[in-house]
Amino acid sequence: MRNNDTALMAHLLRRAGFGASRNELEEYIAMGYDGAVEALLNPSDPGNMPDDLIRRYHVEQSELRDLAGSAAYWMYRMISTSCPMEEKIALFWHGLFATGYAKLNQARSLLNQVDMFRRSGLGSFEDLLVELSKDPAMIVWLDNNENHGSAINENYGRELLELFSMGIGNYTEDDIKECSRAFTGWTLGNAEYMAVRAAKDSIWPYGRIAWHFDYRDEDHDAGEKTFLGETGKFNGEDIIAIIAKQESTARFVATRLFQFFAADEITEDGEKAIQEMIASYFSSGYQIRAMLRTLFHTDYFKSDEARFARVKGPVEMVVGAIRMSGNYQNPALGIEKVSDTMLYMGQGLLQPPTVEGWHEGSEWIDSGALVERVNFAARELSDVTSPGVRSIIDRLQAGADHGVLEPSDLADRCLDLLGPIEVSDETHSVLVQYANRHGSLDLNDHKPGDEAEQRVGNMLRLVAATREYQLA
Amino acid sequence: MTSNKRDKSLIVIQLSGGNDYLNTVVPYADGKYYDSRSKVNIPQNRVIPIDDQFGFNPSMGPVKSLWDEGKVAIVNGIGYENPNRSHFRSMDIWHTAEPNAIGKEGWLARAIRDIDPLGENVLTGINFGRGLPRALACPGVSVASVGDLETYGLFPDVQDEELRMFTLEAFSRMYGNVAGRDPIMDLMGRTGQDALQGADILRTAPGMYSSSVEYAPNSLAQNVKSISQVFHANLGARVLYTQHGPFDTHSGELATHAKLWDEVAGAIGCLMDDLKEHGTEEDATILVFSEFGRRIKDNGSGSDHGSGGVAFMIGGAVNGGMYGEYPSLSEAEQIEGDLRANNDFRSVYTEILEDWLELDAPSIVNGQFEKLGILQS
Repeated sequence: MRNNDTALMAHLLRRAGFGASRNELEEYIAMGYDGAVEALLNPSDPGNMPDDLIRRYHVEQSELRDLAGSAAYWMYRMISTSCPMEEKIALFWHGLFATGYAKLNQARSLLNQVDMFRRSGLGSFEDLLVELSKDPAMIVWLDNNENHGSAINENYGRELLELFSMGIGNYTEDDIKECSRAFTGWTLGNAEYMAVRAAKDSIWPYGRIAWHFDYRDEDHDAGEKTFLGETGKFNGEDIIAIIAKQESTARFVATRLFQFFAADEITEDGEKAIQEMIASYFSSGYQIRAMLRTLFHTDYFKSDEARFARVKGPVEMVVGAIRMSGNYQNPALGIEKVSDTMLYMGQGLLQPPTVEGWHEGSEWIDSGALVERVNFAARELSDVTSPGVRSIIDRLQAGADHGVLEPSDLADRCLDLLGPIEVSDETHSVLVQYANRHGSLDLNDHKPGDEAEQRVGNMLRLVAATREYQLA
Repeated sequence: MTSNKRDKSLIVIQLSGGNDYLNTVVPYADGKYYDSRSKVNIPQNRVIPIDDQFGFNPSMGPVKSLWDEGKVAIVNGIGYENPNRSHFRSMDIWHTAEPNAIGKEGWLARAIRDIDPLGENVLTGINFGRGLPRALACPGVSVASVGDLETYGLFPDVQDEELRMFTLEAFSRMYGNVAGRDPIMDLMGRTGQDALQGADILRTAPGMYSSSVEYAPNSLAQNVKSISQVFHANLGARVLYTQHGPFDTHSGELATHAKLWDEVAGAIGCLMDDLKEHGTEEDATILVFSEFGRRIKDNGSGSDHGSGGVAFMIGGAVNGGMYGEYPSLSEAEQIEGDLRANNDFRSVYTEILEDWLELDAPSIVNGQFEKLGILQS
C-alpha cells in the first residue's frame, strides 16, 4: 500500500535534492506539492556553518586552494544544506560546464565558480553564460587568457558552442573562429603579478591571491565578425545573445536538464515534457527556474514512468546516503575520505575527467564502480550509531505492534523509511528471507548497538545493496 | 616460440587529451619544425636522437633504452581521414573504430566477447582506474574496473564472516534475476554477478606476485603495477587497460608534457623490467595511443587540437623500428594546419587482433586494413 503523497514527494526530493529522511519529507509534505516545488526553486538560507567559523575551527576545510579540502567542503555544503536545490543545480552546471582542478591548481577559484552556479544557476541562461565567460577558473581552464586579438586560441570558443550551449552540428568551424575572436581580451586581471608569484613560489604557482576577471580593450579584436549568419562588431555579450536565442540552445539546455532532473532515457512522453520546457525557456526570457518549474509540474514527471528512471550519480549516491544517515552535520575530519570514494565511483567533485564532464546514466555502472557504490551505501546505512539510523530504529519501534516486528514488516518498513523504495518481487522475497534469519524482531528495551539494533542495521545494509537503491 | 604456453595479453596505456606528436617524436632536423614551433619546441641539443632526423622527447629516456633493444615500434602519422578535433568524438572514434558513425561498441569489448563468448571468465578484460573507457564498453560484455586492487570486493567492513557470507548470498540472489524486462536492471544484475565473481579472484593477485621493481608513486605507475600483479597472477586477463593525462596542453605545454612523459616512460620502463624479471616479455605487448596529435603551429605557450598523431607498440614480441612516414610539415601537405595522418589506426588494431589476440579483425574494426608487420610472426 503506497502512500502516494509520500512517494511523490520522495521522488521530487531525489530530483530537486539528494533524497530525504522521513523527518525532512514530512516537512515538505506539509507544504503540499506546489508549495514544495516553490520552496525548492527559491532557495533561502541553507543553514550551513558560516565559512568564517569553518576557517577558524575546521582547518582541514579552510585550506581552500587544496583539492581534497575543497571537495570535502562542497560535500559538506551538500550534506548539511536545507536548500538542496541550490546545491543540486550547482552540481548540474559543474557537470555541464565541467572545470577541473588538474589544470588550475587553485581550488579556491573552482569554489568561487560553484558559488556563481548557486547564485545564478536558476536564473537566465544568457546571464549565466556571460558570467561563465568571465569566470576566472573557466578562463584558465579553457585558455581564454591565451586568446588574443593578434592570435586567437579557440579552445573556449569551440567548447562554448559544442559543450555549453548549442551542441555539435549547429555551427561551422568558421563560427568557432568568429566566436573566439569576440572573446579576445576577456582575461584575468592580475596575470602579470601571478606570473611573478609563480616564479617565486613553486608550491602554489599562482600565489596566495584570488583571480579576477579583467576585460582588456587593447587585446580585443574589435573588427567585424559574422556569427551564425549575423554580422557586426560583436563582443562576447553579443555572441552570447545570439547563442541564447537559438532553438538548438533551448533544446540543448532542456534536454540536459531533463536528463539530470527527470530521466536518463527520453521516451515519447519525456519528449513532450522537453517541448514544454523549451516553450518555457523562450516565454520566460531563458529562465532555468521556469524550465524546471514546468518540468516538475508535468504529468510525465509525476507519473510512474519518471520514477527511479535515473541511475544515481556517485555524488548523489554518497550525499544521499549521508543525508539519510545524518552523519557529518558539522564539518568533520575524515570527510575527505568520503570524497575519495566518489572518485572511485567515477565522479570526483571539482575534478571532472575532461571538459565534457561525466558520462552519466548507465555509464555509471561498471563492476568496479558498483562495488564501491554498494560498499559505501551499505556501510553508511548499517551504522546504528548514526543519528539518521537511530531515528529509523525509533520509527520502527513506534510503528510496531507492541514493539515487535514480523520479518516481512521489518523488510517493508526499512524499504519505506529509506525511500519509499519500490522493489521487484524477487528482490522483495530475498529481503524478507534475510529478515527471517532470526525470526520476529523485538525492539522493546533496545539499547544502542545491541543485537536488536544490529538486526535493523543488517536489514538496512541489504536494502542499500539492492539494485533498486542504485536508482533515483 | 616460447616454452611458456600462456595466452598473449594486450596492455593499453591511453594518453588522454591529445598527446603532442611533434614534441614526442621530434623532427629535430627539420627547420620547419622550429619555424612553426617558435616557442613550444624541444631544442636540438635536448632531443634524445633516434637517428639524424628524429629524436625522443628528453623525458623518454626509458623508452629510448627499450628502443635500443629493438622493442619499440613507433607508428608515425596515425589517425583517420577527415580528422575530428573534438576530444570526445575523436576518442570515441578510436574507442569504437567507427570514424563515420556513432559507434556503440568498444573495439576491445568486442575482442573480449570474441575471446570469451560465453563470459566464462569475468577477468578477460580489466580496466585499472576510474570510469570504464568506451573501448571496453559493450552491452553484454563484462569488464572489471578496479579502482584499488587491495580492497576490491563486497561488504569488506562486515567482520562477522558468517554474516558476510549470508549477506553475499542474498546479494547474489538479488542480482541474479536478469529477466530482460529493464535494460538498466539487467545491466546492474550482470555487473553485480560479475563483480561478485571477479572480486574474490582479483583480491588474491597481489599476494601471488613478488618483484624487485619499484614503481613510482604517481597514479599511472601504480595502475601499471596493478596491471603487472594481475597479469602475473595468471587469471586469464587478456586485455588490461589504463589511462593517463590530461595531455590537453593548450598552455604551459613544455613543463606539463615533460612531467607526463616522465611518468609514462617511467611506468613503461618499470613494466618491461618486471616482465623481464618474470620471463614474460614475449607474452605481453603494450599499446600507447592518444586521440589526436596537436596543431603544427604553437600558440605561444601551448598547442591546440590537431590531427595526425603517434602510437607506440612496445614489447618483447615487437619488431622495433619506425613504421610509416613521418608526415610532412610543409604547408602544401598540411590539413588545415595539422599533420596529415597517413596510417589508419585500424591497421594497428587489425594487427593486434589477428596476430596477437588471434581473432577475426574485420568484424571488430569494421573493414579490411593492411597490417604494418609490427609483431613478430
